[in-house]
Amino acid sequence: MNLQIFTHFGKFILWQKQIFKRPENWSMYYKETLRQMYDIGIGSFPIVFLISIFIGAVTAVQFAYQMAGTLIPRYYIGYIVRDMTIIELAPTITCLVLAGKVGSNMAAELGGMRQKEHIDAMEIMGVNTSTYLILPKLIGSLVMIPVLVCAAAIIGIAGAYLASVPTGFFMDDEFITGLRSFFVPYNVVMMFVKAFVFAYILTSVASYQGYFVRGGSIELGAASTRAVVYSNILILLADYVIALLLTV
Amino acid sequence: MIRVENIIKTFGKQEVLKGISFLFEAGKTNLIIGKSGSGKTVLLKILIGLLHPDSGSVWYEDKNLTTSTKDELRQIRLQCGMLFQGNALFDSMTIEENIRFPMDMFSHKTAKEKLHRVNDCLERVSLAGINHKYPSEISGGMQKRVGIARAIVLNPKFLFCDEPNSGLDPKTSITIDNLISSITKENNITTIINTHDMNSVMEIGENICLLDNGHLAWKGQKEMVLSDQSEVLHDFIFASPFLQKLVESAK
Ligand SMILES: Nc1ncnc2c1ncn2[C@@H]1O[C@H](COP(=O)(O)OP(=O)(O)OP(=O)(O)O)[C@@H](O)[C@H]1O
Ligand SMILES: [Mg+2]
Repeated sequence: MNLQIFTHFGKFILWQKQIFKRPENWSMYYKETLRQMYDIGIGSFPIVFLISIFIGAVTAVQFAYQMAGTLIPRYYIGYIVRDMTIIELAPTITCLVLAGKVGSNMAAELGGMRQKEHIDAMEIMGVNTSTYLILPKLIGSLVMIPVLVCAAAIIGIAGAYLASVPTGFFMDDEFITGLRSFFVPYNVVMMFVKAFVFAYILTSVASYQGYFVRGGSIELGAASTRAVVYSNILILLADYVIALLLTV
Repeated sequence: MIRVENIIKTFGKQEVLKGISFLFEAGKTNLIIGKSGSGKTVLLKILIGLLHPDSGSVWYEDKNLTTSTKDELRQIRLQCGMLFQGNALFDSMTIEENIRFPMDMFSHKTAKEKLHRVNDCLERVSLAGINHKYPSEISGGMQKRVGIARAIVLNPKFLFCDEPNSGLDPKTSITIDNLISSITKENNITTIINTHDMNSVMEIGENICLLDNGHLAWKGQKEMVLSDQSEVLHDFIFASPFLQKLVESAK
């Protein structure tokens, strides 16, 4: 069992090479990519919206609670919420949630195709299934997930504003002043780096789990679960590594 | 023409194929017959490269499939069509999209030409007009025929059918057999059919290979089946008591 992890890891790495092959037919790939972008982008927007607005709100309320009775300037609320959302919460939480939504969906879709011999049928037609089935998903994710993460950051900050200003925790100008203080554009770069890396991880791990599934419906369920668990673990690990590489 | 030489395949400890050599001829319906579990599907999957044999080689005319690279394999497969035991129709696509899929992927025809070809193929399998139905909305026999239509849409040189008439009534089976046989003749295709249906053997068995216990137990044509004395063949062909009685009384 322990050694199997290495076998899978090796197979996973070698398989990456198969994904980036020249498409047989650009227009088919284009269509499939648009479909994936729509599914991933539009399909996941509601949940991303909901999560980020609440995370922003909760951050603001809890920060207000922690700040009470300290000497920290009150306008720091905007600053803290902004950086926390941009650097950490928007990319990481969004991608963890998307691993559950998008990743399990991809694994189940590919696994179903494998079990119903659709993948074999395409292979026999001469289609490079590793490329045709995965590359559009990967491109769709790499384009749409950073967009979603960016939206999540903005919505998160809006959520924080809504939770703190109209409710009277903070004044409007305190929040806005904080929001405009100490802005480091590099943090936004960091957010996008994270978004790209996490998008790649969750798509490729989920696709791997689905594409190579064996057995029946129980294995398919297990593969879909593994897709989520493994990509979550790898995302958190990557989060730490990126934080080390880009900040220290 | 496809030639296999000394194919050996094992799964774990189970030796499924123990050295099969055979020549599948062009323009003929080549049959692989044998009991359930005798390795027909495994042999077919080796022929088309979905499984790798432990040893032995598969030759498509002068190209060796077993040593070919992934890209060469794809070139060979562009000339292949396959009907799966479970149809493998893409269930989120309509019948038309299913049949059009290989063309969408590999041909540069216009949408109109593609539609024309789809309708031709559907007509060829006597299913004109079901373009916009989904696979789940048509019967099993119709699904088989759609599978055939999809397999022949790019005019393959090699056609593989895994149990084309399992689960069908005798009349529909014969229709499908005749359909495959006439498509084979029309386009001089090398057709390879897996079956354990006796009607098919006697109807379209132009070049038969009987698998038994991993070995090639018998080969020949349908005309030789009744006169041949091979015990394994008789065991297989006249398995049903009804047929045995019939033969007794005929003698
Ligand atoms: N992927 C596999 N892993 C392990 N064993 C396998 C695998 N595929 C087939 N086998 C074994 O190989 C043997 C032959 O199977 P195969 O599917 O070729 O039979 P078949 O002749 O097509 O039977 P049927 O007429 O019922 O379709 C069986 O005993 C099966 O257990
Ligand atoms: Mg079989």
